[in-house]
Amino acid sequence: MSTATSMTTSASSRTYVEARDVASAVAAMSAGARPIAGGTDLVVGARHGKAPLPAALVGIHRIPGLSDVAATDGGGLRIGALVTHATLVADPAVLAAYPGLADASAIVGSHATRANGTLGGNVMNSSPAMDTGAPLLCHGGVAVLVGPAGERRVALADLWTGPGRSTAAPDELLVAVELDGPPADGASGSSYVRLQYRRQMEIAIVGAGAVVTLGADGTVTDAKVAITALAPVIHRVAEAEAALVGTDGGFEAARAAGAAAAAAARPISDVRGSADYRRAMAAVITRRAVLTAVRRARGESVPVPASDTTFGS
Amino acid sequence: MAVDITLSVNGVPYPLTVDPHASLLHTVRGDVGLTGSKEGCDDSECGACMMLVDGRPVNACSYLAVQADGSDVTTVEGLSDGETLAPLQEAFLTRGGVQCGFCTPGMLVSATALLDRTPNPSEDEIRTAVSGNLCRCTGYDGIVKAIAAVAAERAAQG
Ligand SMILES: Cc1cc2nc3c(=O)[nH]c(=O)nc-3n(C[C@H](O)[C@H](O)[C@H](O)COP(=O)(O)OP(=O)(O)OC[C@H]3O[C@@H](n4cnc5c(N)ncnc54)[C@H](O)[C@@H]3O)c2cc1C
Ligand code: FES
Ligand code: FES
Repeated sequence: MSTATSMTTSASSRTYVEARDVASAVAAMSAGARPIAGGTDLVVGARHGKAPLPAALVGIHRIPGLSDVAATDGGGLRIGALVTHATLVADPAVLAAYPGLADASAIVGSHATRANGTLGGNVMNSSPAMDTGAPLLCHGGVAVLVGPAGERRVALADLWTGPGRSTAAPDELLVAVELDGPPADGASGSSYVRLQYRRQMEIAIVGAGAVVTLGADGTVTDAKVAITALAPVIHRVAEAEAALVGTDGGFEAARAAGAAAAAAARPISDVRGSADYRRAMAAVITRRAVLTAVRRARGESVPVPASDTTFGS
Repeated sequence: MAVDITLSVNGVPYPLTVDPHASLLHTVRGDVGLTGSKEGCDDSECGACMMLVDGRPVNACSYLAVQADGSDVTTVEGLSDGETLAPLQEAFLTRGGVQCGFCTPGMLVSATALLDRTPNPSEDEIRTAVSGNLCRCTGYDGIVKAIAAVAAERAAQG
């Protein structure tokens, strides 16, 4: 392979430092080092030959203060970049108001992947198939990045630009993701459902997230829908959201949202599924995600992860 | 540039000098000399290399040794008390959880991590926990029953 020489780095050129704090991590990144948190993407990607392990690494896994889940002043949630999937799945605040995020983290890899893989690594990998993306978008996710010039905030919709590509500079460290709180009026529910050929150790063939808010009379007053593994980036589908607002959130409304998601999808064909199959399943999976979010908004209990639920339709 | 680290493996500190890209698995097998942990896929798929790092289950083949500097690492060799096997090890032997034995070190470490966190798991929780550990021999049934038996014994003992 012509890239053979670039696939490896000579042992003598490799460096590793462990960051004590955000400032030392950013300093190392400015000098060219790549951050490594749980390593479940970076190291495994190198094993696959996706990209060689960068010669200069900075370990960020023990930086204090980035592993907390805390309420924000605005009634939302701030999740530190080093919070693991295992922590998210067990966090009471996440389970109560952001169950769609728990649905996603609960199906990442195996229990070892979840014990080490971080939310920050999931987000910064910018994969169109990663599982936390759709629920984070539906909950208004904002990336908090720190670089040499200080802190800036970027909506996740403006962060991801393509597979493995983002608008973050190489010397910007993600320190947290902030989510909106539930609307003051009405009852909200959220969900994430993926099409999977097995329950664990799987990658989404198609996925969808939804957040639905119901008014006192049960009418949908607000809806967010995002789709996964159906385009170069995970993105929201305005037509699917419009199809839900003002309805009763029932099967027909959910089916209309699913049809809108399928129409918006630009899937690829690969070994996991053809583009046609993915588009057809976009309708089904989006419908299920919407119906699950509606059930949770109505106060019904749908266990996490929602993908394991046996759907009747 | 090689990096100086200290790994505490099964309670014994090992000062080591490692390549920054060396995996925890190769370091523990090659430099520490504990070969109980196996390499099946070197890719986070099979779980044969599973170790605990500060109590967390880790695919050691895909974890950099430098990131474990200063951490407590537990391998299958650390589960028994000398020659006295841990209850999980006994249960694997008596309930058909071991055939060729290649997956066993990782299975035992994975099951240990599960029971540390969830002392009384359902069968579903057991199957979920070992879903990252592949076994080509047993059909998993003996493994799942062995883990459930240990959980039940512990619950009975209070
Ligand atoms: C067996 C297996 C199964 C998996 N299954 C799934 C799955 O089902 N769904 C899914 O979504 N993912 C899955 N993954 C991918 C991976 O586990 C997750 O994306 C995980 O959240 C990555 O986190 P990490 O801390 O390990 O990232 P790392 O590997 O440490 O980092 C990933 C990337 O992000 C960068 N980075 C990390 N943290 C920061 C930060 N704070 N600021 C800036 N850049 C940063 C790194 O430089 C690197 O480029 C799987 C991985 C494995 C090995
Ligand atoms: S050798 Fe580590 S998971 Fe297979
Ligand atoms: S006993 Fe042979 S692989 Fe499990």
